[in-house]
Amino acid sequence: MSTGKPLPHDSAPLHVTGQARYVDDLPTPRNTLHLCFGLSSIARGRITTMDLAAVRTAPGVVTVLTADDLPFANDVSPSIHDEPLLSDGSVHYVGQPLFLVVAHSHLDARRAARAARIEYAEETPILTVEDALAAKSYFEGGPVTWARGDVDAALASASHSVEGRVEMGGQEHFYLEGQAALALPGEDGDMVVHSSTQHPTEIQHKVAEALGVSMHNVRVETRRMGGGFGGKESQGNALAVACAVAARATGRACKMRYDRDDDMMITGKRHDFRIEYRAGFDDTGRLTGVEFRHYTRAGWAQDLTLPVADRAMLHADNAYFLPAARIESHRLRTNTQSATAFRGFGGPQGMVGIERVMDHIAHVLGRDPLSVRQVNYYDAARPTGPGTGRRFSADHSPSPAKARSATPYGMEVTDFILHEMTEALASRADYAARRQAVADWNAANETIKRGIALTPVKFGISFTLTHLNQAGALVHVYQDGSIHLNHGGTEMGQGLNQKVAQVAAHAFGVNLDTVRITATDTQKVPNTSATAASSGSDLNGMAVQNACEKIKARIAEHLAATHQATPESVRFTQGRVHVGQADMSFAEAAQSAYFGRVSLSATGFYKTPDITWDRARGQGRPFFYFAHGAAVTEVAVDTLTGENRILRTDILHDAGASLNPALDIGQIEGGYVQGAGWLTMEELVWDDAGRLRTHAPSTYKIPATSDTPPVFNVELWDQPNPAATIYRSKAVGEPPFMLGISALMALSDAVAACGPAYPALDAPATPERLLAAIERVRR
Amino acid sequence: MDITFLLNGERVELRDINPLMTALDWLRDHRGLTATKEGCNEGDCGACTVMVTDERGARALNACILFLPQLHGKALRTVEGITAPDGSLHPVQQAMVDHHGSQCGFCTPGFIASMAAAHLNGDGDHETALAGNLCRCTGYAPILRAARAARSAPVPDHVKDDPDLISSDMSAGGGNQDDDGQPAPRQRWQPETADALAQVYAAHPDATLVAGATDVGLWVTKQLRQPDPVIFLNRCADLQQVEIDADKIRIGAGVTMDRVLTLMEAHHPSYAAMTRRYGSAQVRAAATIGGNIANGSPIGDNPPALIALGARLHLRHGDTRRDIALEDFFIDYGKQDRSKGEFVEAVTLPADAPVFRCYKISKRFDQDISALLGAFNIIPRDGTIASARIAFGGMAGVPKRATNAEQALAGQPWTLDSIRAAQAAMADDFTPLSDMRASAAYRLRVAQNLLERYFQDIAGTRTDLREVQP
Repeated sequence: MSTGKPLPHDSAPLHVTGQARYVDDLPTPRNTLHLCFGLSSIARGRITTMDLAAVRTAPGVVTVLTADDLPFANDVSPSIHDEPLLSDGSVHYVGQPLFLVVAHSHLDARRAARAARIEYAEETPILTVEDALAAKSYFEGGPVTWARGDVDAALASASHSVEGRVEMGGQEHFYLEGQAALALPGEDGDMVVHSSTQHPTEIQHKVAEALGVSMHNVRVETRRMGGGFGGKESQGNALAVACAVAARATGRACKMRYDRDDDMMITGKRHDFRIEYRAGFDDTGRLTGVEFRHYTRAGWAQDLTLPVADRAMLHADNAYFLPAARIESHRLRTNTQSATAFRGFGGPQGMVGIERVMDHIAHVLGRDPLSVRQVNYYDAARPTGPGTGRRFSADHSPSPAKARSATPYGMEVTDFILHEMTEALASRADYAARRQAVADWNAANETIKRGIALTPVKFGISFTLTHLNQAGALVHVYQDGSIHLNHGGTEMGQGLNQKVAQVAAHAFGVNLDTVRITATDTQKVPNTSATAASSGSDLNGMAVQNACEKIKARIAEHLAATHQATPESVRFTQGRVHVGQADMSFAEAAQSAYFGRVSLSATGFYKTPDITWDRARGQGRPFFYFAHGAAVTEVAVDTLTGENRILRTDILHDAGASLNPALDIGQIEGGYVQGAGWLTMEELVWDDAGRLRTHAPSTYKIPATSDTPPVFNVELWDQPNPAATIYRSKAVGEPPFMLGISALMALSDAVAACGPAYPALDAPATPERLLAAIERVRR
Repeated sequence: MDITFLLNGERVELRDINPLMTALDWLRDHRGLTATKEGCNEGDCGACTVMVTDERGARALNACILFLPQLHGKALRTVEGITAPDGSLHPVQQAMVDHHGSQCGFCTPGFIASMAAAHLNGDGDHETALAGNLCRCTGYAPILRAARAARSAPVPDHVKDDPDLISSDMSAGGGNQDDDGQPAPRQRWQPETADALAQVYAAHPDATLVAGATDVGLWVTKQLRQPDPVIFLNRCADLQQVEIDADKIRIGAGVTMDRVLTLMEAHHPSYAAMTRRYGSAQVRAAATIGGNIANGSPIGDNPPALIALGARLHLRHGDTRRDIALEDFFIDYGKQDRSKGEFVEAVTLPADAPVFRCYKISKRFDQDISALLGAFNIIPRDGTIASARIAFGGMAGVPKRATNAEQALAGQPWTLDSIRAAQAAMADDFTPLSDMRASAAYRLRVAQNLLERYFQDIAGTRTDLREVQP
């Protein structure tokens, strides 16, 4: 059994010795050229003069390209062709690429890029939610609304109600490896591109468009990324296209990597959100109806905003049944970086909205927020399948009276396990006793207050754009029994290759070291989806398994014929193949098949079953299944300064039957800290002119070593996924990020101990916001 | 300029280098050693961390803001050389594999270098040692587990660079004079005595002085400036002296902040606690106390603490020396009481100040520039306040005393009422700025509240979040 083992990351020995290569580490051909963008210094307007004479004559400069020099498509958008590689004369944000310097060295290119003399006709930028609403600056022409039931009636007849507003900031990905690409021009119009991307096929597509060639002329290779987190789903397009265009123009290899400040100025970040809410509820805190208004600053181009904002709406319920709900989503076009994918993809923002409602309700009723959360949970999963009268898809299953299992978008939640998980976690984390201890502390201490919160996560797994839920694989068995495979997923630290190799080793019954996976390559597996939406191992693991089964079937058929047995009786286990009375090593079986002229190479394919989604109506079954988790966070807050600290975190997370518990726990720990960072210390600040002031780690603070909880208990809820996923595992990339919401809610709990009013704490809950909230509740 | 150093145990001689080339660019672009990564190019993420050994021992440094001349006479060890020559793993490397301490792997070589340096020095305070290494994937828990697991393993011989070997090796190479009898460029621009420094700086008053390069490094890597000429101070032994007598400590301007931390642990624990959060291990090993003062920044952490302690600054121009109260050095934003060609030689502070406290406020606990820093030294006698020195960073264009608050306290009883009156008076002391670190209102409110924290702290009330146990 290769699956289920806590094996280290396949590249771990390469990581620790520095031998793992990233794009900027690749040996380059002689005379490779280096690229840098010249950036806009205003947020909105038109270029009236672009004098590049000093750029062209700067030391080391080979050529300078502008939009006029681009022979074909001037576009790097992943969606609606609204994102020119180089400005068409209009300027939409501070940091927009205007021209491209091609020089002998990275430093020469950077120096030259600053020598331009550019004049603009400035226009008033749209920077804030208020600016955008006043200007009706929307994507898709206006807000999107999905509703179920009569919310106004539910609110009017509720015995209690709350309303309020929560703001949450965006988030810089801060992948440690900045964006990078290297283009190598080939013969006859071919181009090879090495890109630090989560989406090689997209890079291939955009490069082909920019070069005016077919996709078969472009090969994209991605060995690994130094972190992605969604920030390399579309944001690498510009560098890859720039390199390809410059390589075509000069006939030389071209490399581009952003300096960190440029990276943070140019690329998109997590969408910031303002959520306004109204909720009605009964004496126990159980919701009767809820209304949300989402406002997000999407930046200047559409990028992936629509599915991000959709996913925020789809997670407005988190783990709670909303009897009546209306969710209105405003996707605002602003003169800022184009917000993009980031771990959770809108889900975290939607969840913060409902978790805030739960916290607010509990405050109004004077109840433990956990009890309010539990009373609002969806119904527990019940047995499903043949003989139970229930199927996974609810269409043919009459809902029992008063079932609390349908999401606002009409999907039956049939796999809800948070009742048991919450009980188990509360018990393991000693929640009740610690809640009392926190209260005792707060009664005895004026200056330092403590807070505790348990929050759940229910996250829908699948791309909401249904066609993306497919994957391919290519598996070769060599005549010595070694196995080489490729799949469409990319490695960004999550250990995807290791998990997929475990799947292949398990399928062939061989040791893991028999299986080798190398760089993702668009010539080996075409038409891939981005490694995103936590789908990497679900989709690619299945595709690889499919290919492995094809080869196994051929070997089995061959051996059955040569050993007077049936193919069904051939077994692959522990590095050996058993057929009839004979058994042989896998290598001997492979060699026998080779001599028997059996094809030992196969492609594999997978598409997620049972999903449908009508985006216009906001109805359907967009998710194959849900992944769950819950976290308890305890914090301390200094009421004189707002400084704060996480004291302890306990997590129970549902990774199904884990393919690799060590890798999954790594995703959970890392996701939690990243989520808590988003909601506490990570603050993006733009000034009144639209300039991002936090464009380096000196001003933008991601969690550091001492921010990890000093007591940090993480356990897996080790139950197989009822949905038929690869070895019944569950996706684990994004869901744990949202466990970090417990940190925000614990801080809210600590602030609530300072006075009678509701804290209404916004995020990121910096010391400054906490101090303001403390002063607010004391009034 | 010519320099000589050891790279992973092998002698390297470089001739006519650009003195502002960083060690990182040299390693990656010229030497083809790509294990050391560029993450931020400003010394804040630690991906470029390398080990540097000299006669003071081994330290972790950020290669992205380390200029090649700073390596002269030292041993540089990268991750390629932390791995044993036969390819076997160093104990911290093995522990990182065993404990799943790498995910994307890009920060990992920097972590390995920091961990190997701490391991070599027997440093078990892993959170402090690794505060300058950012990881975006793991959340740090497995890295800390790895550091703890490796701690007791023996230090492999191959990472022990011998300082004696280095210095004797270096002295063997290169003459000290040009053909024309002038000191050779390296000796001229990297003086080894304060006298030599005074002479060259007086002759070239427009030169840029570089001590640890933790600030000038960013002029070069981020602003793309190429100041010329540059005088490197890191080999100026006279500036690295610490003199302690019965009631005073004189700290040379070239004393690095890691040594200041050690020094303060013995004399001013609150100053030490602040210094532990000053930059990171990598930054403290390079940055100097003199650089932090002379730079004139309103948000440097040493000046307000030193002003509250009543420190005096020693300045020198050629052979002329003068002493001033430290607060008088800071005239206005970007303007200090320092003439052209004059440099900070040392700072003197009291050896003992039992009621001195300083509090650093930032968004992130470790390795963050202060939104504000408050330093307090309020001395009571017979229940009333005999003298009050209160100074802040981040509250004005310069590090500045809260004179109104001080006056409100002088002669008053040591009570909360007196504190309240001083808090009100403090509103007249400062008109802080709003920026990405904090708003003006927050800065002023917290400045006032820190006085209350000080009152509680002196009274023994629990005020330190870090002391709250889970």
